[in-house]
Amino acid sequence: MTLNGWLQIAFFFALILAVTKPLGIFMARVFNGERTFLDRALLPVEQLIYRVTAVDREREMGWMEYAVSMLLFSVVSMLVLYGLQRFQLHLPYNPQKLAGVAPDLAFNTAASFTTNTNWQNYSGETTMSYFTQMAGLAYHNFVSAAVGMALAIAFIRGIVRREKETIGNFWVDLVRCCLWILLPLSIGGALLLVWQGVPQNLKPYDTVHLLEPQQVQKVGSDGKPLLDASGKPVMDKVTVQNIAQGPIASQEIIKELGTNGGGYFGANSAHPYENPTPLANLIEMFCIFAISSGLTYTLGRMTGSQRHGWAVWGAMALLFVAGVITAYWAESHGNPLLTGTDQRVTTMQTGGNMEGKEVRFGIANTALWATITTDTSCGAVNGSHDSFTPLGGMVPLINMMLSETIFGGVGAGMYGVLIYIVLAVFIAGLMVGRTPEYLGKKIEAYDVKMAMLVSLVFPLAILSFSAIAVAYGFGTAGISNPGPHGLSQIVYAFTSTAANNGSAFGGLNGNTVYYNTVLGINTLVGRFLMIIPMLAIAGNLARKKYVPPSLGTFPVTTPLFSVLLIGVILILGALTFFPTLSLGPILEHLQMASGKTF
Amino acid sequence: MKKNLITAILMTVTTSILLGVVYPLVVTVLAQALFHDKANGELIIQSGKVIGSRLIGQSFASDRYFHSRLSSAGNGYDAANSAASNLGPTNRALIERVNASVTQLHQENPNALVPIDLVTSSGSGLDPDITPAAAEFQIPRVSRARNMNEAQLRSLIAQHTKKRQLRFLGEPRVNVLELNLELDSSATATK
Repeated sequence: MTLNGWLQIAFFFALILAVTKPLGIFMARVFNGERTFLDRALLPVEQLIYRVTAVDREREMGWMEYAVSMLLFSVVSMLVLYGLQRFQLHLPYNPQKLAGVAPDLAFNTAASFTTNTNWQNYSGETTMSYFTQMAGLAYHNFVSAAVGMALAIAFIRGIVRREKETIGNFWVDLVRCCLWILLPLSIGGALLLVWQGVPQNLKPYDTVHLLEPQQVQKVGSDGKPLLDASGKPVMDKVTVQNIAQGPIASQEIIKELGTNGGGYFGANSAHPYENPTPLANLIEMFCIFAISSGLTYTLGRMTGSQRHGWAVWGAMALLFVAGVITAYWAESHGNPLLTGTDQRVTTMQTGGNMEGKEVRFGIANTALWATITTDTSCGAVNGSHDSFTPLGGMVPLINMMLSETIFGGVGAGMYGVLIYIVLAVFIAGLMVGRTPEYLGKKIEAYDVKMAMLVSLVFPLAILSFSAIAVAYGFGTAGISNPGPHGLSQIVYAFTSTAANNGSAFGGLNGNTVYYNTVLGINTLVGRFLMIIPMLAIAGNLARKKYVPPSLGTFPVTTPLFSVLLIGVILILGALTFFPTLSLGPILEHLQMASGKTF
Repeated sequence: MKKNLITAILMTVTTSILLGVVYPLVVTVLAQALFHDKANGELIIQSGKVIGSRLIGQSFASDRYFHSRLSSAGNGYDAANSAASNLGPTNRALIERVNASVTQLHQENPNALVPIDLVTSSGSGLDPDITPAAAEFQIPRVSRARNMNEAQLRSLIAQHTKKRQLRFLGEPRVNVLELNLELDSSATATK
């Protein structure tokens, strides 16, 4: 660990703190339909869209209609993405003539991008045409993020409204979120990234004549090195390097802003074309956290209790800092099994566990990124999580197991944490023996039941799918790292898909019919089975009368509330997942310390 | 329900055109106009031939060149197939691979510990950089192969060491392809 490393982490933290209020205010204005400085350019576009799509912007929806509209939109856009992948050979912008994607992989990818997960069982540059990347994948980066934010705002409206049946209009929330928030930030951000070196073009892949031709082992169609009659590997002379190109910047920026995380390339944000410089890296990390952090301020503003917004922010910030410190510490200490190497901090290197990490980012930026990307539902990676030390790799895993409430996915993090808040005030109410209230609304049996449903679906999906995968050959066949790490790989995959994160312990071979299907289903479960009870709470809250706070009301604006919220998040997560963690990363850490390999 | 289904279909089409086609094409036009070289991948062109990208690493094997890090992208530095090794920290395959590299590197420079980045593969398999420590480690070998004195090489490396961006972002690094190109051109210059 270095002073400069801590400085970078502190600087990032300060940036996020600084953007929370202005962005939060702006988003509240957008969703409240108030005036903003972008209105002159965007109002005509907005009206045109409503006219074309037959939307009546004045019509409000009850929670059920809101849910149905959201589901219909998700199904239709998911089908389109499936079709785009299957028929990409017959569509424009496919200079490499990449073939249509296989049905199981296309299903997995369509489910994964529609649910804001962006789990990838493919490598972008070898599988997806420019058109599929732009109109299919980057498009879903926009709308799946906008859906998440719309849902969070609908929930907040449920808290705010009194004795009303409606919680807003889904189509209006969706369109305003895309036009006012995501699109302007993406255009500006994409150009910033191009300025740092992220390519943006539509030309075919470039062919480079290598400075020094290379002798490499020839690989057969089965992926194994070819051997000649005497058992020696067949060598091949490579004189060129093909460099994949494409509309990278426009996809990169929305992938971070919308906490989607699906890489343009297989290596995701570790790829020098996705993330060429440390400044680009900072911009991308900032984009991952900005909106979710801002939404806590939006929560405070819309509910008229700004201090509550900050109390939620404080709880999230504390958990974030704890994660970064652990990951940075673990990765800096390096891998004791790699004897004979120099992993110390010197004036000429920062040492640490460099397997799977890029030199330009070093340990601090990779550990910071891994924490950010799993605190939120982003899942973009700038290094290989699979090659992290056991404890370093456990940080992203735990972040996701806390169902991504540490800032969380755009919108998804907000409604996720609101569920925990409902549980927290319920527990506080139990402790003092009064009916719990939250911002003037009584929290009753129905609300708590729905909140429990949300928090039960999640571990149920992860643990049962993992248990099946570990028990059968079709599951264990995917493992690439034997020993306890293999269990971690499988649990990571199901946690990541249920949490709609999308990062991976990338060694797991997930491109099989079994994994494509089951992981795809898991993303749908993790998204929609959580959303519906959540919206039910929102609808139920909106119907309730306002109860003015009394002496017996547990205040949700104090540090004590932040501590209680952290407690609820940690206790629920720890009770559910500690046994699994102890058999995976914790066991591997102990084995590594005692010098055992697998 | 039916009305919302029609809206869902129309909304998918409309927003697909706006966000999936118009948006990336507008960004492409702006990027090509404002940052032409960067929007096309910072390619290095010598006498009409594309010989690399400043952002993408290449493999080097002979003693005359500084070597890049190990790569798991395709056959090594395949920029149309980026990938990490994804080997876990206790995987024997990782330990054995690192040990083999360490043994080999110790033969060319027995006096120093091997910098960790030189025996590990990067997250992308295309890392264009090595640490200054990894460049320093290779000086004796390149010096012997090229008959150049070590001080000369050290100053070349110093010239090609990128400092932290804005003085504090990222880590100091040496771009291997650029350094090797400089080696070749300074060799022709002294002839």
